[in-house]
Amino acid sequence: MSFNAGPSTTELSVEIPDAVLAEAGEMPPGVGPYKLAWRRLRRNRVSLAFGGLFLLIVVLCLLAPVYSHDIAHTGPADENITGTVRVGGKTETIVNPATDIPIGPTWQSHYFFGADENGRDVAVRLLYGGRNSLEIGTVATVITMLIATLLGLIAGYFRGFVDGLISRSLDVVWAYPALLLGIALGTILAFGGIGPLKGDTLMVPAVVIGVVYIPYVAKPIRGQVLQLREREFVEAARQQGLSHVQIMLREILPNLASTIIVFIPLILANAILLEAGLSYLGAGVQPPNPSWGTMISAGIAQIPAAFSNVLVPGIMLVLTVLSINVFGDGLRDALDPRAKVRIAR
Amino acid sequence: MARFAIRRLFSMLAVCVAISILTFLLFAAIPNGNPATRLAGRLANAEEIHLIDLKYGFNKPLYIQYVKTMKNIFSGQAYSYSQGFNVLTEIKDGMPATLSLALGAGIIWLLTSIAVGTLAAIKAGRYTDRILTVLSMIGVSMPPFFLGAVLIYYLAYKAGIFPIGNFVPFSHSPWGWFTHLLMPWFTLSVLFIGFYSRILRSTILDTINEDYVRTARAKGLTERQVLFRHILRNSLIPIISLWGLDLASVIGGGAILTETVFNLHGVGQLAENAIQALDIITLMAIVMLAAFFVVLLSAVVDIFYAFLDPRIRLS
Repeated sequence: MSFNAGPSTTELSVEIPDAVLAEAGEMPPGVGPYKLAWRRLRRNRVSLAFGGLFLLIVVLCLLAPVYSHDIAHTGPADENITGTVRVGGKTETIVNPATDIPIGPTWQSHYFFGADENGRDVAVRLLYGGRNSLEIGTVATVITMLIATLLGLIAGYFRGFVDGLISRSLDVVWAYPALLLGIALGTILAFGGIGPLKGDTLMVPAVVIGVVYIPYVAKPIRGQVLQLREREFVEAARQQGLSHVQIMLREILPNLASTIIVFIPLILANAILLEAGLSYLGAGVQPPNPSWGTMISAGIAQIPAAFSNVLVPGIMLVLTVLSINVFGDGLRDALDPRAKVRIAR
Repeated sequence: MARFAIRRLFSMLAVCVAISILTFLLFAAIPNGNPATRLAGRLANAEEIHLIDLKYGFNKPLYIQYVKTMKNIFSGQAYSYSQGFNVLTEIKDGMPATLSLALGAGIIWLLTSIAVGTLAAIKAGRYTDRILTVLSMIGVSMPPFFLGAVLIYYLAYKAGIFPIGNFVPFSHSPWGWFTHLLMPWFTLSVLFIGFYSRILRSTILDTINEDYVRTARAKGLTERQVLFRHILRNSLIPIISLWGLDLASVIGGGAILTETVFNLHGVGQLAENAIQALDIITLMAIVMLAAFFVVLLSAVVDIFYAFLDPRIRLS
């Protein structure tokens, strides 16, 4: 870091993203904000590449049943402790009966990434686990975004008592460390379930994670609504005699769209991370249902043997979350280079 | 100023009461079925369940149970249902490990992210900035338990540079304390460094356009003086307040993943053991105290802000 006088120090000035500079000359007047954003995003190759990587992961995970049925010929919960597999012309045990160490990656259709301590195919479980992670992440994100947007809209629009009630409730939920709250809810619900939700289904962690992130989204949305409701177009709508619901949904909600869009990948990435953390601790996806978190946890229990059982789900988890984060970052830059959307306490 | 502080402390108390009620309801009221049925195990008969009901007072109305539970927790009379230990003593025993982890990692992640964020901001748009951005992205995408496992395997088992896990009290052996905590500190810091440096970078880039920065340059200060005295001093405020809150949640047991993977026997790992044993009262106490801690620190941060900036206490 050189702070001495020199050419590098002149950099301390206004930052104008390359994309904005580049489009200034060529942009015809009257281009909509979303078209503009799309043009900016298209120029951000890194972001698009990571978006593509995420799509690839999604497709692979959705194809889990095909892989399981046609290539690996074993299910995600099929144990095979005493079996053998032929690798390069030799017959090898799947789980060594003397040491209990499972077979490592074979790089062929059977046990491509090796087996776990119960002789289950790691590659099959990896794909099914990814499916579970993505499903939980998606449902959690939908829950968070729907409830948070609704609460933020109502609190910011009506202000006063309603706002006080909602904001204080959000403060209470927000005070719990996210992981601890997730654990508390996950542990309770994994045991008994709640209402129509059975304890050992995927929906329990999804609901838990969805609830945990509500304040992180609802608070900034409320702040934005507080500003928007003072603008002229809202006043105009009021003069026209539109009802509160109409003003909220037709006038204010469209103006929240870019914030909401930017929050989606952020929440999705964090929901997948939280799911892995909860499952790692035993408060998320319940066995024998596979999850990357439980796979890593089982792998850690076997360290230093079979370390690939930690690496394979771990790398997959990092790649998935990283791809969502990088794409989401590009999306934010494209939609609003000045936006300050982030999950902060 | 005093009035603002008192008002803030009262609202803090109200939030704490709400948290204690919510936590109690979460653990006591929502789970399907009677807690006594759970404690008695699968094969218990009605009489055994009734005895447990009487022993813990599960048959009493909820508000009486609530008052009794809170009284027990705060007077140090709460005992684990399944393992029999005193909950408050266990939390106290976990504190040295958790505090060592939290404070060490807190200092590392604060200082590193200030350096990284500032560097990225003054090199905005250049290769240094891009590389730091990618590293930050990897940091925020890295689950601590995975990073911890990788470090344990390669640095402890393979290379033998660091001890494999566990916590060594400082009073026992300062050097052992230090070497046992290096990997956990790093693991816990990575996520926060990625997160904080991104925030600091964007705050600095916002501050650079402020009028007082232009004034500072115009009156002939060197770039170094402008950066440290004017830009950084103002940009650090949000980071420091965030730091206070995150530190509070880590001290309250929020570093459960790092503590578990390194087997540090701190408050977080106590929570993890409570999950495995379905030890509701221990989990309840930890979750509640952690939330209290966050609320307390956020009140402290607010009062500190109001002290710095009169606009806040007057609004």
